[in-house]
Amino acid sequence: MASLIEMTAAETARNVNARECSAREIARATYAHIRESDGEVGAFLTLTEELALEHADRVDARVAAGERLPLAGVALAVKDNMCLRGTRTTAGSKILGDWTAPYTATAVQRILDAGALPIGKTNLDEFAMGSSCENSALGVTRNPYDLARVPGGSSGGSAAAVASYESTIGLGSDTGGSIREPAAFCNIVGFKPTYGRVSRYGLIAFASSLDQIGPLTRTVEDAALAYDAIAGCDAMDATSVDVPGESTANSLREDLKGLRVGVVKEYRVKSLGSAIDEVYAKAYADLERLGAEIVEIGLPTADYGIATYYLIAPAECSSNLARFDGVRYGLRVEGVDMTETYDRTRAAGFGPEVKRRILIGTHALSSGYYDAYYLKAQKARTKIAADFENAFGACDVIAAPAAATPAFRLGAKSDPYSMYLMDYYTIPVSLAGLPSVSVPCGWARPEDGADDMPLGVQLTAPLFGERLLLGAAHAYERATLHARKFRPRIGDNAVGRALEVS
Amino acid sequence: MASPDLDVRYVAKLARIALTDEEARTYGAQLADILGHVAALNELDTSDVAATAQVIESRNVEREDALTSCLPRSEALAGAPREQSGYFRVPRIIGEP
Repeated sequence: MASLIEMTAAETARNVNARECSAREIARATYAHIRESDGEVGAFLTLTEELALEHADRVDARVAAGERLPLAGVALAVKDNMCLRGTRTTAGSKILGDWTAPYTATAVQRILDAGALPIGKTNLDEFAMGSSCENSALGVTRNPYDLARVPGGSSGGSAAAVASYESTIGLGSDTGGSIREPAAFCNIVGFKPTYGRVSRYGLIAFASSLDQIGPLTRTVEDAALAYDAIAGCDAMDATSVDVPGESTANSLREDLKGLRVGVVKEYRVKSLGSAIDEVYAKAYADLERLGAEIVEIGLPTADYGIATYYLIAPAECSSNLARFDGVRYGLRVEGVDMTETYDRTRAAGFGPEVKRRILIGTHALSSGYYDAYYLKAQKARTKIAADFENAFGACDVIAAPAAATPAFRLGAKSDPYSMYLMDYYTIPVSLAGLPSVSVPCGWARPEDGADDMPLGVQLTAPLFGERLLLGAAHAYERATLHARKFRPRIGDNAVGRALEVS
Repeated sequence: MASPDLDVRYVAKLARIALTDEEARTYGAQLADILGHVAALNELDTSDVAATAQVIESRNVEREDALTSCLPRSEALAGAPREQSGYFRVPRIIGEP
């Protein structure tokens, strides 16, 4: 048996269900490791050790009584924009203060019911707005592969926790790339399901037509297990879909025979630098080697993705974040009257990026500008979604980069728009609501560094194509094993040395 | 204002966010830059397409009108900055003395 913290979710559940080890032992080993490593990584905002041990004992009792749980004893890190009853939930913002969630998000409840252990709540860009975790008002998270670099965002805490073996599954949320980009930066798998597959009940809303919860894991199989646990219609979320979804964990395949993989013409002509271009060329060649047929497809409007997204998402956020007014939860800065109380509370409680987005969104929705901005963006969204639909006439899965660069240095992106460009490849997919997964695909030297950093390939399927998508991603992962080339460098324990695995 | 298009003070008032002069300058310039990039959308001909609010076909969701338990009042109020007699307490809104 691998060390308790290094096992995959599948191995952990197998061992705990077979009583080779206990959920309590997993929890204990996980916290022992976190105490050594999280001082450097900074993945967690809150640790919930007592709660995790309670859950562990419950899992052990259920297993002892003969139950078999799909995620028995698996360590779970929850992005801190999801509610967990009785636990501080911050969304990475000062405006929520020490707000304690009075209920649990559906996705979190479902994965806990499947046997996972709630290890803690992880750092994020404030209200999930950002691509590096640097917009968190509450702490700095570092990339486990290079502590001078960002883990990506906005689900950067969950990504860093999983990459550094502080957790086995991370739950994240993805609005424009917030699961896939940090997964690519941290050498792990990040999966955004089809919009509506996973209930958003208990997820603090950012852009409601785009937000979707999904897993970050070290293997595709673990992503499938986690997804199977959290997916499904929920009466508490009217946009959760009632479309039958069979298990993805039993659809994993070993080859790609008969699969048509689309490579995007418009992306191919755009160089990301020769080292990175080479990694992606190799990834597409590997897909072909596994039996896939590579076809060239066009996404002529994808180039408008960022412009479209930075109207729609801020518009929705300006509406969603109106609830943070100093009345019902969190921070209040009193003024002479209610209006001044709103003004002061929101001025003190929100950070710069959240303010920028609220202001853009308010502008885009304001009288006289609505048609030119918000309506125009919604129409552009129709065209972007139609592009994907056309493309899927010629292919089953689309392969593209997950991010425009490897992880960059903390503090490197000072102007907001340069940060927005990080999500160039993930945003069009989000606007179309499609299921999409980032899988480690190789290593390249960043322009500003000496050591190779990980890259991810983004595979995207048609709406509700999760089985096909994760099946293909698994075959690619098993055949290439890029994630195993290097290990994170933290402390001096077993996962800490820069091991080069042959 | 850096952008003739966006009056940052006016928008901040609509959004109920007090801005310092420094913030108004910084955000004004940054938002003008972002809106400049976003203007690229004007190149895209959308005259023949409908707007998309969200991508999954939505439908009415109904349930039995049955009594179920809900969040107890004390728990709903537990996170409030100020509460009084089972209500959220706010500064006076009407009828200044």
